Amino acid sequence: MSRRPYVRPVSKTTWYMRNGRYRRYMLREVTSILVAVYCFLAIAALAALADGSPERWNAFLASQQNGAMLVFHAVALLYFLVYMTFDWFKLAPKAMPLQLGEHPVSPGVIVAAHYVAWIIVTLVVFWLAGVF
Amino acid sequence: MSKRQLELEVMRYDPEQDEVPRFQTYSVPCENDWAILDALNYVKENIDTTLSYRWSCHMMVCGSCGMMVNGEPSLTCKTFIRDLPDKVRIEPLAHFPIERDLVVVLDDPVEKLYRSKLYIIRKDDPPPPDTEYKQSRAALHKFKQYTMCINCMCCYAACPQYGLDPEFIGPAVLALAHRYNLDSRDQGKSDRLDILADHEGVWNCSFVGACSEVCPKSVDPAAAIQQMKVEGALEWWKQKLPGGKS
Repeated sequence: MSRRPYVRPVSKTTWYMRNGRYRRYMLREVTSILVAVYCFLAIAALAALADGSPERWNAFLASQQNGAMLVFHAVALLYFLVYMTFDWFKLAPKAMPLQLGEHPVSPGVIVAAHYVAWIIVTLVVFWLAGVF
Repeated sequence: MSKRQLELEVMRYDPEQDEVPRFQTYSVPCENDWAILDALNYVKENIDTTLSYRWSCHMMVCGSCGMMVNGEPSLTCKTFIRDLPDKVRIEPLAHFPIERDLVVVLDDPVEKLYRSKLYIIRKDDPPPPDTEYKQSRAALHKFKQYTMCINCMCCYAACPQYGLDPEFIGPAVLALAHRYNLDSRDQGKSDRLDILADHEGVWNCSFVGACSEVCPKSVDPAAAIQQMKVEGALEWWKQKLPGGKS
C-alpha cells in the first residue's frame, strides 16, 4: 500500500467566498480602505489650512459639498460607525479579558464599558468643537 | 424511535486508484437521536466496509472524529442529524492533506505541538519529592478554559489563514502555548517566545475568529492569540523605552 496524500487547493483570491463567516471578516477588514481615504482627506484639509489663504480653505470645503462627496461621507461614516466599531467592540473582550478574584468579568460588561467610553470621548470632542 | 432517511454525500479518496477525491452518496436509515458518527458507522457496518474515517470515544473526549459537515468543521459525535437537513455532505477536515476517504494527515500540527514546548518549564531546582507547586483557584481560572482543548483540529480546518499559509503555527497550538504562559507554575515563557512571536506565530493571525466559533469544547483560541499579541506589543514597547531591557 502506498501513501499518496491529496492536498486540496485553496484559492488565494476567492477563499473568503467559501462561507459567511469569512465574508463578514472581509467586510470588516475592507473598512481599512475607507480609513486610508479619510487620511488623505485629512491631509488635504490640513494642507488647505496651512496654506493660510481663505480661498484655498473655502475651495476645499466646496469640494466636499457636492452630492457625490456627501453620499461618500454618509456611507463611510455609517459603515465605520455601525459595522467596524460594533465589530471591534464585540471582539474587545477577547483581547482584554478581566478577572476579578476567581471570576471572569462578563464580556458584556467589557463591551458596555467601551460604548460608555466612546460616548464620553464623543461628548468631549463636541465640547472642544464648540457644539455646546 | 422514529426513523429518518438521510442522504449522506461522503468524500472518498483512494490513493491507489483515485487521482482526485470524488463523492459517493449513501442512503442511511437513521434513528432521530443519532449523531453523524452513528450514520457513518451504519454505512461502515451495513453498506460499504471500505469507508475509512477516524473515531474512538463517541463522547467528545478523544477529538479524533473531526470532519467537515456541510462545510462546517465539526466533531461528528456531537453533530446530531436532528439539527441537519435530509442531505448532508461529509468531507475530511479542510486544510489538511487527505490520507484516505475522511482520514487526514495531521503530521503538521503534531510537529508544531512538539516544537512549541507545551509543558511546564521550571528554571529553578526541582522541589523535594514531598512538596508540590501550589496554585490558587484564581490563578487556575486564568488559563483553565484552554486546558479543555482535545486537539481535534477543527480550528485549523476553520482558519483561512492556516489554509493559505500552512507555516502558521495555528489556533490550537497557540492557545495551548498561552495556557502554559499563563500558568503560575510555569517559567518557560521566554523559551516559547522565539516560536510564538515569530511571523509564523501570533502575528500570522488576522483575527477572523472562526477558530473560536467552531471549537466543540468552547475554547477560545482567537482570544488567546489576541492576548499574546497585546502582550508581545507591550514587551516590544518596553524594550524601546529608555532603560528598557534589550
